[in-house]
Amino acid sequence: MNKIIAQRAALVEQAATQMGKKTYNGTSAKEQTPRTENQKESPNSKVVTLEEAIRGCGMKDGMTISFHHHFRAGDKVVNMVVDKLAEMGFKNLSLAASSLQDVHKPMIEHIKNGVISEISTSGLRGELADEISRGLMDKPVVFRSHGGRGSAIANGELHIDVAFLGASSCDSAGNACGYSRSENAKSICGSLGYALPDARYADRVVILTDDLVQYPNTPNSISEHDVDYVVEVESVGDSSKIASGAIRDTKNPRDILLAQQAAKVIINSGYFKQGFSIQTGSGGASLAAVKYIRESMIEKGITASFALGGITAHMVKMHEEGLIERLIDVQSFDKVAAESIMKDPMHKEVSASEYASADTPGSATHYLDIVILSALEVDVNFNVNVLVGSDGIIRGAVGGHPDTAADSALSIIVCPLLRGRIPCVVDEVTTLITPGATVDVVVTEYGIAVNPARAEIAERLKAAGLKIVTLEQLRDHALKVIGQPDPLPFGDKVVGVVMNRDGSVMDVIKNISPIG
Amino acid sequence: MRLRRTMMFVPGNNPGMMSDAFIYGPDSIMLDLEDSVTMAEKDAARLLVYNALKTIDYGNTEMVVRINPLNTPYGKKDIEAVVKAGVDVIRMPKTETAEEVREVEAEIEKVEKEIGCLGRTKIMAAIESTLGIVNAYEIAVASKRMMGIALGAEDYCANLKTQRTPEGTELLLARQTIVVAARAAGIDALDTVYSNLNDMETFRKEVELIKALGFDGKSIINPRQIEIVNEVFAPKQKDIEKALTILAAIKEAEKKGSGVIAVNGKMVDKPVVIRAQRTIELALASKVLTEEELNNE
Repeated sequence: MNKIIAQRAALVEQAATQMGKKTYNGTSAKEQTPRTENQKESPNSKVVTLEEAIRGCGMKDGMTISFHHHFRAGDKVVNMVVDKLAEMGFKNLSLAASSLQDVHKPMIEHIKNGVISEISTSGLRGELADEISRGLMDKPVVFRSHGGRGSAIANGELHIDVAFLGASSCDSAGNACGYSRSENAKSICGSLGYALPDARYADRVVILTDDLVQYPNTPNSISEHDVDYVVEVESVGDSSKIASGAIRDTKNPRDILLAQQAAKVIINSGYFKQGFSIQTGSGGASLAAVKYIRESMIEKGITASFALGGITAHMVKMHEEGLIERLIDVQSFDKVAAESIMKDPMHKEVSASEYASADTPGSATHYLDIVILSALEVDVNFNVNVLVGSDGIIRGAVGGHPDTAADSALSIIVCPLLRGRIPCVVDEVTTLITPGATVDVVVTEYGIAVNPARAEIAERLKAAGLKIVTLEQLRDHALKVIGQPDPLPFGDKVVGVVMNRDGSVMDVIKNISPIG
Repeated sequence: MRLRRTMMFVPGNNPGMMSDAFIYGPDSIMLDLEDSVTMAEKDAARLLVYNALKTIDYGNTEMVVRINPLNTPYGKKDIEAVVKAGVDVIRMPKTETAEEVREVEAEIEKVEKEIGCLGRTKIMAAIESTLGIVNAYEIAVASKRMMGIALGAEDYCANLKTQRTPEGTELLLARQTIVVAARAAGIDALDTVYSNLNDMETFRKEVELIKALGFDGKSIINPRQIEIVNEVFAPKQKDIEKALTILAAIKEAEKKGSGVIAVNGKMVDKPVVIRAQRTIELALASKVLTEEELNNE
């Protein structure tokens, strides 16, 4: 050792003692492996089998596990992981998914066998939803909006023990994305927005990927710092089931009529100005409305500052045409959107919290001018239900509906008055999802209703020659055509609890008897 | 002025379409009991159409029912049901002679007398054969209930031993015969359907052609066709302005008690006035001109 440093050794020792630290021993040897080899097979690799990951996370009965739904109906991760947990003998788990789909039907058996005892989600569909609606579970399913879930995870109300997150690419350190830049790419889902709060706040994070790529997988959505294990699997999801990606204009005349009316509302609302921002759904009428808005933007020379939310091929096209400056993407609704987020820096991925959290003053919804939303039912007080069907069976998702309705400057619900023999404007919604105070305009094929609190919008629309009616008039028309439906045969068991985005309990869903 | 730019065909066995066809804003709706309904469903469809007419508030939309011919077992029952339900117009298919119109009129009268509303129901005849075209004027004047005649091109072309082309050369004589007969009889002329919904450009050209020929409107099969027909039929801004100038000059002349008048150096005679009035009526009805704008002139 250097003489002079040796002379200071006593002082180093003294300083260390005072600070309560050890002294440097200087003996560890430098690792000499070429780093290119480490990139291929890191000695610090987090890659293990699913079973090893589960054990490594210290999984116990009663813990909360979480999942995202970016592969929508093509998701394979939930079933794969819960099957494995069941096989390993775990019980009483709480399943905290961002949403559940038809494909998650195997959960029925896991619930019956006691593997899953609690569920929280944004949406529920298919046979699992049918069974839960009839009272399959002892504890009610907790429904939250996407922004509400983001807040609940961040503030600890929804504590996640282990997050199992599917990714279309990941390196051995855990840097993960919803797409892959490698030749071996097997899947693509684009934004991982709903998985980001889980990755950040869960105690343990396991990435499942079907394309294990060489370090560094950058730019990345999920950072290695948040990841404990990486599991390579055959497939995390079937991307073709997200959506085809082809832009198809609807030919349904009712959707076209609704879209034209919605576009006229937007154009004459007072919010259709240079630099406006917009969010739309992926339904036929919503997409068709975008087509008419685009035409009007070109005609009037207006461009939008950003489009938010579930991003579709339509929005990507308008962005590429220069009509929308930026895309803010919490969920890519089709392959075109998923590929765009990979290539285009102006197409930004955001977490569910950055998207729509009520707690975060800076969430993107607060900057949103116009949102077009759909509905299963609207009642005469402008309350909206997007979750429970008119037959009392859960068949939808809360999604970002209440978040965007509350935060936007103008929320427009597009909803046919009649769906076959089902009236969609009713006295009272079957389940309250989006409070009427946050809903500004309801567009139906029989006329447009404006919330009395927004008299200025009604005036603007009337001046533009649009037919303004009241929701009571619409309800009466539906009743005249269809007649008064029989009351639904609800039981006394609570099968679902609807949380408001502020964390309060807003409504409950009761069990329903099979009809007929 | 009743506009008949669009008469939308709706199958009489489709309650979903029947219940809301009017929301798309066609001028007339034709509920069909004939070709779109199979033999097995004739009775059910008649009952459905009867109840639709009785219960649904179609607003200002003119309601037309296409009945089965009287030489089928369904024709008389169709007439009885729809007259009792209060239909505006009965559309006769495949009309070839004035006699057929008079037979239908007699059936209508019988029912109207029974329920005490004599003379309420109008008739229109679809002409779908060469014989029908030859007899077009006689058909048009066969009854005082006649409100219009229409061309049915598919059967007509088969009868003519040719087929339809995008240009419509083969239909020219039939179309012109129908317009001339209708005008001579003082009733409306309606053109045939165009059924390729994937080719809106050819559809638009066809609408432009029949408007130029003098037709009042077109039979349509899908709500998506309405906007195009209305656009083609809406008077252009410069025509509206010209018409308003002419009508203002007339008013002025009447005030002064002068006879012959001129606008921009051109003499304004009766046909010019009639055309100007029609332009304004059409502009009001197609909502490209408001009453307010008219009164401000």
